[in-house]
Parts: sequence; structure tokens; C-alpha cells
Amino acid sequence: MATQILMPALSPTMTEGTIARWLKKEGDTVVSGDVLAEIETDKATMELEAVDEGILGKIIVGEGTAAVAVNTPIAVILAEGEDAGSIAAAPAKAAEPKSEPAAFSSQHSTQAPAKSPAKTSPAAEPDYTGEMVTQTVREALRDAIAEEMRTDERIFLMGEEVAEYEGAYKVSQGLLEEFGAKRVVDTPITEHGFAGLGVGAAMAGLRPIVEFMTFNFAMQAMDHIINSAAKTRYMSGGQMSCPIVFRGPNGAAVGVAAQHSQDYASWYGHIPGLKVVAPYSGADAKGLLKAAIRDPNPVLVLENELLYGRSFEVPKSSDFVLPIGKAKIERAGKDVTIVAYSLMVGVALQAAEKLAEEGIDAEVINLRSIRPIDVETIAASIKKTNRIVSVEEGWPFAGIGSEIAAIAMEHAFDWLDAPVTRVCGEDVPMPYARNLEALYLPSVERVSQAVKAVCYR
Amino acid sequence: MAKTAVARQGKRGGANELSPEQLKKFLRDMLLIRRFEEKAGQLYGMGLIYGFCHLYIGQEAVVVGMQAAAEPGKDSVVTSYRDHGHMLATGMDPKGVMAELTGRRTGYSRGKGGSMHMFSTERKFYGGHGIVAAQVPIGTGLAFAHKYSNDGGASMVYYGDGAANQGQVYESFNMAALWKLPAVYVIENNRYGMGTSVARASATGDLHKRGAAYGIPNEAVDGMDVLAVYEAGQRALAHARSGKGPYILGVETYRYRGHSMSDPAKYRSREEVSKIRSEQDPIDRIRQMLLNDGDATEEEVKKIDADVKAIVTEAAEFAQQSPEPDLSELYTDVLVEA
Repeated sequence: MATQILMPALSPTMTEGTIARWLKKEGDTVVSGDVLAEIETDKATMELEAVDEGILGKIIVGEGTAAVAVNTPIAVILAEGEDAGSIAAAPAKAAEPKSEPAAFSSQHSTQAPAKSPAKTSPAAEPDYTGEMVTQTVREALRDAIAEEMRTDERIFLMGEEVAEYEGAYKVSQGLLEEFGAKRVVDTPITEHGFAGLGVGAAMAGLRPIVEFMTFNFAMQAMDHIINSAAKTRYMSGGQMSCPIVFRGPNGAAVGVAAQHSQDYASWYGHIPGLKVVAPYSGADAKGLLKAAIRDPNPVLVLENELLYGRSFEVPKSSDFVLPIGKAKIERAGKDVTIVAYSLMVGVALQAAEKLAEEGIDAEVINLRSIRPIDVETIAASIKKTNRIVSVEEGWPFAGIGSEIAAIAMEHAFDWLDAPVTRVCGEDVPMPYARNLEALYLPSVERVSQAVKAVCYR
Repeated sequence: MAKTAVARQGKRGGANELSPEQLKKFLRDMLLIRRFEEKAGQLYGMGLIYGFCHLYIGQEAVVVGMQAAAEPGKDSVVTSYRDHGHMLATGMDPKGVMAELTGRRTGYSRGKGGSMHMFSTERKFYGGHGIVAAQVPIGTGLAFAHKYSNDGGASMVYYGDGAANQGQVYESFNMAALWKLPAVYVIENNRYGMGTSVARASATGDLHKRGAAYGIPNEAVDGMDVLAVYEAGQRALAHARSGKGPYILGVETYRYRGHSMSDPAKYRSREEVSKIRSEQDPIDRIRQMLLNDGDATEEEVKKIDADVKAIVTEAAEFAQQSPEPDLSELYTDVLVEA
């Protein structure tokens, strides 16, 4: 019986890929384990192995085809004796690199990640009138690093897999080639050690960019980020400085459960002596990372793995820098304010579109900066809409939403027509199962409900 | 005792013959630390210094010998919270150090750092760190910067026997050896991490030998003999500067006072302390050597003592007369204003 081979998801966040090369041609006999093709994702080139035995009956998607969505049929395997005439009736079957227990329906192994994010392109930077390019967040971050490294020899990038592997999430693609091993440094897996080493190098006058493969691993380095980097300026009476960037993906990815899915915005946001930014769009990523590298203080850049592959219009100019501490109104509205950061800006924007259909005109604020936070923009928006909902992946207790509530009370109390309402990650560790994971995270639905509640609708 | 023999041998000072003037400087520098610390203890007792205050008395030969081998303004220094001696040995002003201890605006950190947190970029002294062993990766980063900038300097990273059991020390060893960083790790083994003896805390007592796991050359040093420390420091720094990577010195020393001012020191006997004080005191040893060899007269030695006392007295007066920080200072120096 003929079997379709579907474009596989080769990582939890992959939504599409490129068929780089077919290693088998039509008519070739294949056995389980044969490499059929090479598939490029935005992060890596992976081999597609055959699961079934038979003859490669037809290649549906030819080599060099880009942006092939996950689950698209790309080829058909024929059983012995079949001919290509049976192709039309072929049932779908993914050639996943890893097999799954039979009890699992193929639905699990072949569907794209449940929450593959919709593409939302915010408006171009209002103050920027130069040329724009369409780029992924990953590329925007890479450009930010490269552009700054070209201007200042003191800047170097260090972290696990940043050089030869070009980044666990492929943010540092091409940097080793351009800048060499002196300035793009692969570290051992030793977060506590290399964070402290980076701090020492910064104290001595260098400008380190320390990549954490994810911020979950930076808990091992927390002492150096806080006690050594954040407090030194103060403890030295202004004599010392620690110009260092700590960056990497923060928050939940997909299906990686409790220890790999935490949002640290409120942790770092708590600390005087740190600056903390959380980009959403490509322009955010480029403009804020460049600002962080130029800043003479320790700056945490909380990126998001699910945004790395998303495309946005990004200012091309190497002079494009965003101010740390300034929020962006992504969508102007008059009925209610939704404030969010990082990936949740996308959720807030989707919710706003949905609410517009129901006659609620929401203003969406992209915080961009967690510390310092843009009190002015938040308060001004509340004074206009009289209602505010905060959205974050992090936990509710002492979270960023709690801070938004305090800002609303301290700066706009008399303008509030409804209680400040928080939409947060649920107050439990992140679960693994898809349905529980979805329940844990703020969704368009939950944001919409919260907005309706504060609008008394 | 073999101390005279050791001293005579050490007097050659390694590659360079030591002059009487250099030997007298060792005496003077160690005395300055001792008298300074005694005064700090006194001011603490008067309530003029508060919080934690960790005195260096007994360990003076370690930092004086090491810093004599270093190149001021070129090599970096970083240490723990037991840091007053290191600051004086790198040439920081005793007045500024004492004024920081008393929390005054004229202190090195303008009264915001205290005993454990002082810095001098001018003297390449990078703290003064209150978290046990945190200075080890930081010092390794200083070494990274020396190599990156190719400035010929080395980083001198001091830590104690207590810190030697922190994992970050070995993360640092690994990176320093891997990247051949010019770091000299100086383990000041004063036998007790707070109230716990090395034997009760460390599976192996020769803490410097742990560097062997990373291929880092290491040696034990008599930390009560300033000349032995000086010689070892020269070897270690020469190795680090040559591009061969880090070097570890396991310096055996002893602190006469408690871990901090509030330490009743029940974990060791009075006899243990007084035996070491009377037989191995690094200041007595160099003083005796100078006198025995005719390199200094009684008068000269007395004058050194008097000069040092005057410096310390002046520092203490300065530290008491200086005003406290202005209240507006609470809010300054949190961030560099770009």
C-alpha cells in the first residue's frame, strides 16, 4: 500500500522548512533507516530517514523548495509491486526521525505544534523612516550583535555552542566566521563559571555578551548576575561598572515542561542595578539588543524561542537603536488597555483583533522594557481607556502583572473604572502534556475573557 | 627551628638578589597591615565599624610576598571579604580604606560598600567580594581580559580554604587551563573556613593539588615566610605571563583572630594560636632576620614601626572625622547614567 511521506517537524517549534536535497530518486528501493532527504530548518540541516520499506514512487516536493509547511506530503513510498497509479489513494504517514509507540495516534506525531504562532507584523517603527527588510527575529538579533561587534573591538560573544555550532538556536550564525575564535567563544557547560568570568572581563573594561542557551540554565549563574554584576556599581560608590549583556531565550518553548519553561522577567526585574528588556518583534530584537550592548550597565535581554523564527519588517540601518525604558503602543484603542511583553504581545494583538469584531477597541502596549518600566505610557493609556489587563507567561505571585497593578494604583487610580486584571501563567510548574500546557499558558481566549470582564461585557 | 635557614635561602629572592631595602619594605608592608587591622579591631570594639569585619592578622606575608612579585598597575588583584590587607598591599590609601570601614563619604566606596566591598580601578584591585568564591570566576575573567587585550598582565586570584570547596572554583580552573589564561590562584589556607577546619571540610587537605585534575601546575608554599611567598609568586607569575596558562599556589597560613569580629573561636585552642604566633609569626621572622644579618639596626626597625603607627593613627582619625555620606547618596550609583 502506498504511503505518503509528510514534511516532518524536526524541532518542537518548527512550522516549515526547505527540502535541501533528495538523496534518493524516484524508483530507488528504500529500507527503514535510509536517509531520504536533507531538510533545512531555520536552525539546522536535518536528515529525513525512511520509516517504511518500499520504492520511492514519487517525489512530490522537489529539491530546493523552501517554506514547505510541516505535514505537507513530500513523497510517496510504494509497496513491492505497486505502481505510481496508487499514489492518489496513499494515506498520510510521516517519516519522523524517531518512531513513536503504536498506541499513540499518528495525529500526535504528524501535527505541527499545537500553538504554532500566527504571524502578526506590527507597524514599522514610527520614528524610523529608513529602509526596512523582512527578517526573522533570529536574524535581527544576529545582525544586532554583528553590527555592534564591527564597531567595538571590546565586544565579544561567549556561551555554550555559540561559535562552531553557531548557536543552539542559530542566533550566532556566521559570527565565528566573521569575527574569529577570539571574539566568539565556545564555553564549556559551566554557567556559574562563565557568567562570573564575563563579569570579571566586564569589570576589566571588555564588553561581554554572554549567551545562556536558555535562561532556565542561568539560575546557576544567578549569584554572579545579581551579586557580582548588578550590585558592584553601588558597592563601589560609582567607581566600577559592569557593562555586560546576558541574553538568551526566556519563557516557555513547546513541550519542554517545567524545568525548561520559565519566565524570569519578574526575577530580574526585581533587582536594582540591572536593566531588563524583553523584545517581541524583529525591530524590538535588533533595537533593544543593540541598546543593551551599548549600555554601560548589566542588561538582561529576555528573548523567546518561539519568536526566533517569526518574520517581521526590521529597520535595515545599523544606526537603528531603541531606547531602553520605553514601551511601544502596538495598537491604539480607546476602550481598554492590554499590556504585555515578549511572545504575549502577539497573543494580546490577536485578542485585540478578536475583540474588535465584538465592538471592543483595545489598546495594546508592548512593554519592550521590564526595568526600567515605562510608567508614563502605561499611566497615559489607563487615563485614556480607564481599564487595564496585563498579560504574561510568568506566574501571578509577585509577577510583572502585580507591578502593573501597583503602577495603576500609584499613577492612575482615579481613572480606573474596573479592577486591574492579570492574565498569567497558571500558578503551577509547567506541565508536559499538550492539553495541560495549553491550559497553563495565557491564550487569546483567556485574554479576551479578562478584557470583557473589565469592560463589564 | 629551621626558619633562619629558610629565610637565608629565601633572601636570594629567586631570580633577583633582595636588597636590605627590599627586605625592610617587606617588614614595613606587613606591619602596616597588622597595625591597620589592630586599629580596625579597636574601632570595631568602639562601635565605629559595624557589620562584618574580617581581620587579616597573621596572614600578612601572603599578600605582601605575592604583591611584591607583581607589577603594580599591570597585574589585577581580586579577593574575598577578608580584603583589607590586599588593598593596602596594592597601594591603596589606608585613609580611604579605614574611612570605608567607618562608613564615611571619604571611603573608597563613599560609604556604600563597607569592609567587604571596596575597589580601586587605579590600583587594579577589583574587590572585595562578599560571596565565598565568587571572586574566583571574576578573577578568571580579569585574566581573560588580560589575554584578550594582550597587555602582558596577569590576574592574581586570592581565595581561602573554605572557598576551595565551591564548585565555581573548578569551573574556573577548567576554563583558565583550557584557554591558557594568565591567572595565579592563591589559596590562602588559614586552616579554618569560619569554624570548620580543613580536615572537617575537605576530603583532601592539599587544596592546590586539585589543580592537577586540570593540568595546572601547583605547589605548596609556607605562607608564614614572606620570602618563600615572594619566590613562589615570581615563579607563578612568570608561568602565567609566558602564555602557559594558570598556576596555583597553596599557601599555608594562619589567622590569629576569629573569622569575623563576632567569632568566639571555640573550634581551636588558645595554645594552638599562641604557639603559631610565637614560633612562626611572619613579621617577627623578617624582623629577626634583618637584625641578625645586620641588614637593619634596632633603631631602623623601631622607626619603621613608628612610621607605620603614625600612618594608621592618621587613617583612624581621618575615618572618624570624615562626615557620613549625604542622605541623597542612597539613590546614586545604582546605574551608570549613560
